[in-house]
Amino acid sequence: MLDKTETSQPESAPSDKDTKIDCRHIDVFYGEKQAIFDISMPIRDRSVTAFIGPSGCGKSTFLRCMNRMNDTIDGARVEGEIIMDGADINDPTVDPVLLRSRVGMVFQKPNPFPKSIFDNIAYGARIHGLASSKSDLENIVETSLVRAGLWDEVKDRLASPGTGLSGGQQQRLCIARAIAVNPEVILMDEPCSALDPIATARIEELIDELREQYCLVIVTHSMQQAARVSQNTAFFHLGKLIEMGETEMMFTNPSNQRTQDYITGRFG
Amino acid sequence: MTQHIVTSFTDELEHLSANLLRMGGLAEAMIRDASRAVVTRDNQLARTVVERDAEMDQLEIECERDVVRILALRQPMASDLRMVIGAIKLAGTIERIGDLAKNIAHRSLAVTEADNRVALRGVERMGQAVSRQLHTALDAYSRRDAIAAISVIEQDDDIDSHYNSMLKSMLVYMTEDPDKLDTRSNFLFIVKNLERIGDHCTNIAKAVHYIATGQQIRSSNEPLR
Ligand SMILES: Nc1ncnc2c1ncn2[C@@H]1O[C@H](COP(=O)(O)OP(=O)(O)OP(=O)(O)O)[C@@H](O)[C@H]1O
Ligand SMILES: [Mg+2]
Repeated sequence: MLDKTETSQPESAPSDKDTKIDCRHIDVFYGEKQAIFDISMPIRDRSVTAFIGPSGCGKSTFLRCMNRMNDTIDGARVEGEIIMDGADINDPTVDPVLLRSRVGMVFQKPNPFPKSIFDNIAYGARIHGLASSKSDLENIVETSLVRAGLWDEVKDRLASPGTGLSGGQQQRLCIARAIAVNPEVILMDEPCSALDPIATARIEELIDELREQYCLVIVTHSMQQAARVSQNTAFFHLGKLIEMGETEMMFTNPSNQRTQDYITGRFG
Repeated sequence: MTQHIVTSFTDELEHLSANLLRMGGLAEAMIRDASRAVVTRDNQLARTVVERDAEMDQLEIECERDVVRILALRQPMASDLRMVIGAIKLAGTIERIGDLAKNIAHRSLAVTEADNRVALRGVERMGQAVSRQLHTALDAYSRRDAIAAISVIEQDDDIDSHYNSMLKSMLVYMTEDPDKLDTRSNFLFIVKNLERIGDHCTNIAKAVHYIATGQQIRSSNEPLR
């Protein structure tokens, strides 16, 4: 057997023209405590990257770096460069609100606004000035709901509250809300963990469609889900990136012993 | 290898492995006894080989059922996935070896007292070589040993050259007395079957290599690292 126990961080694949976001030497601290240790990784455009790893290994923390959501957490500090389309997103001249419209996020628990279905989608388009007329806005709402695979289920009740939908529908509403503002990147943190297998399959199908146009990053605790939806998989452990590679390779023949132990359900 | 957190999963994989090794041990004994039955014209022994084939079929069915259950209930990944996929391949291949040994046992019933000693000894030696191959391949499996698997693949050339020289002498032997062509042609099938078993040992070794390393070996002509 090859020696698969080395502990140094992997040389991540070099970034190239297919790279949407290039994370370079990222450290994240919560106060004194370091949560992410020197992680570098290119994230490919028009493709799904899955983050896997045991609870507390830093997946969400690292994901939040990509739209500066850690800025909103007291005591959180991010070091290193995150280059998106050639510019560092942490540059002081970058407006985090604008950035978050380019890099949308979907959370584990669907979090629709306490507003109508229509307004949930229209809200972002309005504040970012994407619609110049009522019909523009209606257009955006319809297109987004169609893309999220929710239109047929809600077209007759756009005025009723988003919170009245089922969990799976709410999650698709949140995805519709995220894509309504024309993002380039969509970050998803365990988007299916509260959903049944059918609703999960719908979201996975949606992710597969979205990948033709967007760069997607998904955190998931389901190995099967990572295997099903992603093209690349990154395995995190104790705040470090242990291994990253093509999903097929990661799930048939990972090169690191700890990746192997984790995905086969062994004691690490 | 470390235990799964869910220990019953480890138990299931071990049970599958143990069944494959049982099939392998059975196949080894069938080859050995079938070629001995040829050499000693022991019809009783030949019949026991034929009878053991039913047990072989049963074990194969059990392995397949275990594999389907593990795939459905455990969704194995990485080395576990390779082990389970490899198991289907190994079970099918070993079962084929059992069939070939059974054919040899059938053919042995037609061997007569008048048959040539040299031909008999050739069958005996080739039978031993082939069952050794299988033994080494199974050993490589039980230790997940890729290096040993490669050596099995390399040794198949020896079996092939053994076969080719046997073939020549068999043809001479068959044609020297056209009246006995019927019974003597049995030898041709016997050595051909042994040669096929050798090929299946190569297939087992390839599967073992894949299980151990995740690397596929395509043809035996391909250079092996
Ligand atoms: N707001 C916070 N303040 C302080 N420490 C935090 C905060 N958020 C996360 N951490 C710590 O940072 C580490 C990484 O947490 P993170 O939430 O990124 O892990 P995770 O991989 O997403 O885990 P899970 O799979 O359970 O969601 C953990 O040790 C956690 O306790
Ligand atoms: Mg998390």
